[in-house]
Amino acid sequence: MKADPAGVLTGAHYLDGDFACGEGAMAAGCRFVAGYPITPSTEVVERISRRFPTMGGTFIQMEDELASMAAVVGGSWTGTKSMTVTSGPGFSLMMENIGLAAMMETPCVVVNVQRGGPSTGLPTMVGQADMMQARWGSHGDYEVIALSPQSPQEAFDLTVEAFNLSEIYRVPVMFMMDECVGHMTERVVIPEADEIEVVPRRLTEQSKEEFLPYRLNGHLVPEFARAGDGYRFHTTGLTHDERGYPLMSADCQEACVHRLVDKIRGAGDDLTHIEEDGTDDAEVVVISYGITARVARMAITMARERGVPTGSVRLIVVWPFPERVITELAGRVAGFVVPELNYGQISLEVERLAAGRCPVWHVGHGGGTVHDPEAILEKILEAAKVAA
Amino acid sequence: MNPDLVRDPLPIPEHPVTPYLRMERIPHVWCPGCGIGTVVKCFASALERTGVDLEKVSVVSGIGCSGRTAGYLRLDGFHTTHGRAIPFATGLKLGRPELLVSVVSGDGDLVGIGGNHFIHAARRNLDLLVILINNFIYGMTGGQNAPTTPLMARSSTMPFGNFEPPFNLPHLAASSGAPYVARWTCLHIRRLTWAIEEAIQRKGFRFIEVIAPCPTLYSRLNKLGTGLSGMRFYHDKAEIRHGADTREVAIGFQEPIICGKFVDEERPTFNELMDSHYGKVLGEKYVPMPAEGGYLHG
Repeated sequence: MKADPAGVLTGAHYLDGDFACGEGAMAAGCRFVAGYPITPSTEVVERISRRFPTMGGTFIQMEDELASMAAVVGGSWTGTKSMTVTSGPGFSLMMENIGLAAMMETPCVVVNVQRGGPSTGLPTMVGQADMMQARWGSHGDYEVIALSPQSPQEAFDLTVEAFNLSEIYRVPVMFMMDECVGHMTERVVIPEADEIEVVPRRLTEQSKEEFLPYRLNGHLVPEFARAGDGYRFHTTGLTHDERGYPLMSADCQEACVHRLVDKIRGAGDDLTHIEEDGTDDAEVVVISYGITARVARMAITMARERGVPTGSVRLIVVWPFPERVITELAGRVAGFVVPELNYGQISLEVERLAAGRCPVWHVGHGGGTVHDPEAILEKILEAAKVAA
Repeated sequence: MNPDLVRDPLPIPEHPVTPYLRMERIPHVWCPGCGIGTVVKCFASALERTGVDLEKVSVVSGIGCSGRTAGYLRLDGFHTTHGRAIPFATGLKLGRPELLVSVVSGDGDLVGIGGNHFIHAARRNLDLLVILINNFIYGMTGGQNAPTTPLMARSSTMPFGNFEPPFNLPHLAASSGAPYVARWTCLHIRRLTWAIEEAIQRKGFRFIEVIAPCPTLYSRLNKLGTGLSGMRFYHDKAEIRHGADTREVAIGFQEPIICGKFVDEERPTFNELMDSHYGKVLGEKYVPMPAEGGYLHG
């Protein structure tokens, strides 16, 4: 279906990533946001709280991030698209109900404008160290989807995609911005509403008598019934059967949790969304995401000028990881260089897939500033030298 | 034996609240002599008597013995995380304002781990019906001390008696802004049913505390009797004082339990305040959330 024109600010604008993300959410049809203020993400909800009252949306500032995430899960069960916005410390508090969203299979979007951590860390300065937390930060086994924008334009475009993916797969989608992209102001072009494709909630068409909330209907993702539509269903964070009733057994655990994992892992290829450049004849491939991808571009240009065939893979959907692409590249390149603003998170995933077939060079620091392109260049040259 | 001889000639009539329950889930998890089932029955009777559209009623519970309530009522039922029933319910109410959203959960859940949400929801006067079943203890995990355990009462983590002052819950709710505050025990079947019925017809943050025995843990640890005698203990200790000053209704160990309706006022709800405020400052530009939810069908 097409976007609701009331939520689409068509035109060319000069926006920062936080505002662009908020505009993306409204264009995607988000009409309920619960959040708690935290730097450097607050501008997202400031934008939304100013615009929502004119388009039938409700923003509520909750008492903390535990409540924000719980409210988002509740909001989504009414069928109203729901989102929350935070940064590292709040993201930690949200983990409890991100797990609930995963277990109840609740579509929603969680924006994390990453700053330096751990703990209170660097509230106003950049980090990319919540990437593993985005994947598995809540306890137990589950899979989610995570995206990483590199610009305000992508903050808009990919927020729409984040909502759409959350509807298709019924998972909480982690929108992993970073402080630089959040606070960077650039040109953002917002298309006409009828040019924006939004995925509606997949509501069941079964009768109230035959519907079961977790029975599969030819698809690994069950159909949805909204609270208030008369289905009088039950759902729980406990391990449950297809009726949504708690059932404490190893067999039920296997059926329930394995599917939560399978519906995303099994869709890894469909979900792969990367930007590849010059990988065909590359000797060294740089794998990066978010703001770091933009810094890496300069290093890649410098390496090419020095005669090192250097390719780039930019991760747009980070989780699930583009396993097939990285595995295939590992068989024919001399090495991967993975710059990121942490001490090794995505680089470890690359190492797992390289499986010893080529070396992986991590280039990282604890955040607070972006990379010096020279540091990335140095590793590219080192990787090329080792290969030679 | 001739089967005709053992066939009961009298059909067993259906219990009046059967249509409100998920009978396929009975027997429930609660112990014999526990008060929670009685509260569920009163809640179901109140729904029946008010004649509300059951398709528009949601019940949200957190974690713990009372937290299992949402699983037995044939309504849209949400068994959520520990302490988060109220914020989850907040999302339901704001996401689809036409719903009647109720929260039924325990003392540890709603005012222990969830205490912050409780006071803020009352402050905002969110349109939620909150029934808190207070058994003075953490039952599901084995009788640990709760923020409601009376002074000197024993719990499994205060084996020498509790020295922490407990909450006075009607006072907490009233002083946080709740416009409807009542307390009953689970043996006040008619009065509790009537209170729930009345609260369904009110709006805003409606709070009903129900004192319920935990025969397996609290009553046993504190020698209050089992089964019916345990229930009678609470009922006999009850003293009805409508309109009592909530500062005076704290519960002491083995002391009278002041019951009644303490607060019944009209205050604008969160949604009413939002609508009137935005209507005033934004005029015709204000578009409220549609009653059935926001931007659903394109």
